[in-house]
Amino acid sequence: MAPPTTKRSGSDKKAQLGLFAGYLAAGLGATLGALLLAISLWRPETFAGLRSMASDAAAPVGEVGAAGRVGSRNFFEAIAGYYDAGTKNAELEEEIRIARVRLAEARALEQENERLRAVLELAEGDIAPVATARLIGSTSTSARRYAYLSAGRRDGVEPGMPVTSPLGLVGRVLEAGRNTSRVLLLTDTDSVVPVRRATDNTVAFAEGRADGSLRIRLINLGINPLEVGDIFVTSGAGGLFHPGTAVAMVSEVTDDGAIGQLLSNPAATDVVIVKPIWQGNVLEEIEEPLDAEDPADADE
Amino acid sequence: MERLAATARRDAYGSKINRDHSPVLAYGVPWVTIMLASLVPLLPVIAPAPILPPFGYLLLLAWRMDRPGLLPMWAGLPLGLFNDLYSGQPIGSDVLLFSLTMIALEVLELRFPWRNFWQDWAIAALFIPVYLLAGAFLSGSSLSVTQLPLLVPQLLLSIIVFPIVAKMVSLLDRLRLTRVKRIG
Repeated sequence: MAPPTTKRSGSDKKAQLGLFAGYLAAGLGATLGALLLAISLWRPETFAGLRSMASDAAAPVGEVGAAGRVGSRNFFEAIAGYYDAGTKNAELEEEIRIARVRLAEARALEQENERLRAVLELAEGDIAPVATARLIGSTSTSARRYAYLSAGRRDGVEPGMPVTSPLGLVGRVLEAGRNTSRVLLLTDTDSVVPVRRATDNTVAFAEGRADGSLRIRLINLGINPLEVGDIFVTSGAGGLFHPGTAVAMVSEVTDDGAIGQLLSNPAATDVVIVKPIWQGNVLEEIEEPLDAEDPADADE
Repeated sequence: MERLAATARRDAYGSKINRDHSPVLAYGVPWVTIMLASLVPLLPVIAPAPILPPFGYLLLLAWRMDRPGLLPMWAGLPLGLFNDLYSGQPIGSDVLLFSLTMIALEVLELRFPWRNFWQDWAIAALFIPVYLLAGAFLSGSSLSVTQLPLLVPQLLLSIIVFPIVAKMVSLLDRLRLTRVKRIG
């Protein structure tokens, strides 16, 4: 559509001024944007409060998407239940019979799972989770890889806490709002996780590549001992992540390490667990002698 | 007896008798729809890579091209800020890019005041790659040049999706101008 005639200024002084003001306003907007951008690249945490407030406000939209499917299904099932109560009863009894068999099979699988975990030296989930929540969305339009979590400070979530699924590590909490928080996924290019090979102590860093895979960089360079199919777990070095959480499986060996596929694909994860920050005994041991020598240091 | 023209009493926007456009709808719909499109990251899609088109930006382009002069030139500032809050980009990157887009479209329009749909699509196909590349560059993520093919699926999808968005905007434009206000 053609622009309205009011946008052609001609010799009309007022229209000329209006057009000029428009360019000026847009130019000021761009300048302000550049300033904000510079600030948020320099100090990424500056606008954390603003962002958490915004995602808290819009969280119901995400919750509707995540929980709406479950809710609507229950609603229609309740209505449908009145129509076929008799046949349903027979079906349920049949299902229970099958379920008993399945339960026995599941127990056997659980035992096998435990045995395999013991082989892989994966830690059993003995740490009490802070919160259990859903991933309600992700920055699917941006080059950054963040996800929105449906739990916030009210549930005890604090920045830095690792987020895991039953299949492995998902990421860590970056900003916590009241009811939502923002999770830095493992595949973000800013995410670096200290890992080790599950079978031995080959230590490495797992860096995000923004495309769903991780780059595993070995710390000790030399002959690359990695093979396709190797499992990497968190090493716990540097705190934050509990040691022994599964992270990635090697899918391609490179010169200085490997490319790994995420074991816990966040897209396939329904419910995730927020765990407390792992500080390890090492940090406590470091703190103790400091307290004994100089109490003033502890306050800092 | 003379018959009135068929459009004298009624047109695509509803009855002309006793009805008028609502200023809230006429001016609010573009803003609200662009802001709703900015909420796309809250869809329950956990993407391993940038996949979805930047719908907020696409709607801004479509509205700006469909109805020049409806969005003021400074619209890039508030709309970009809102988009920044949810997109995962550092705050300010979309304020900058949206504002620059508004200026660029204004300058382009001085040059080509009459355009057809294909030209609009061509312009969008020019603006979207620039926006996505600049967005990836300003996002603060350390993407190397070899990783840029990562953006290609999103880029192609955004360009292909633009005609659908433009069609949606023209439908929304009809909603915008529906005569809902009673007068007299």
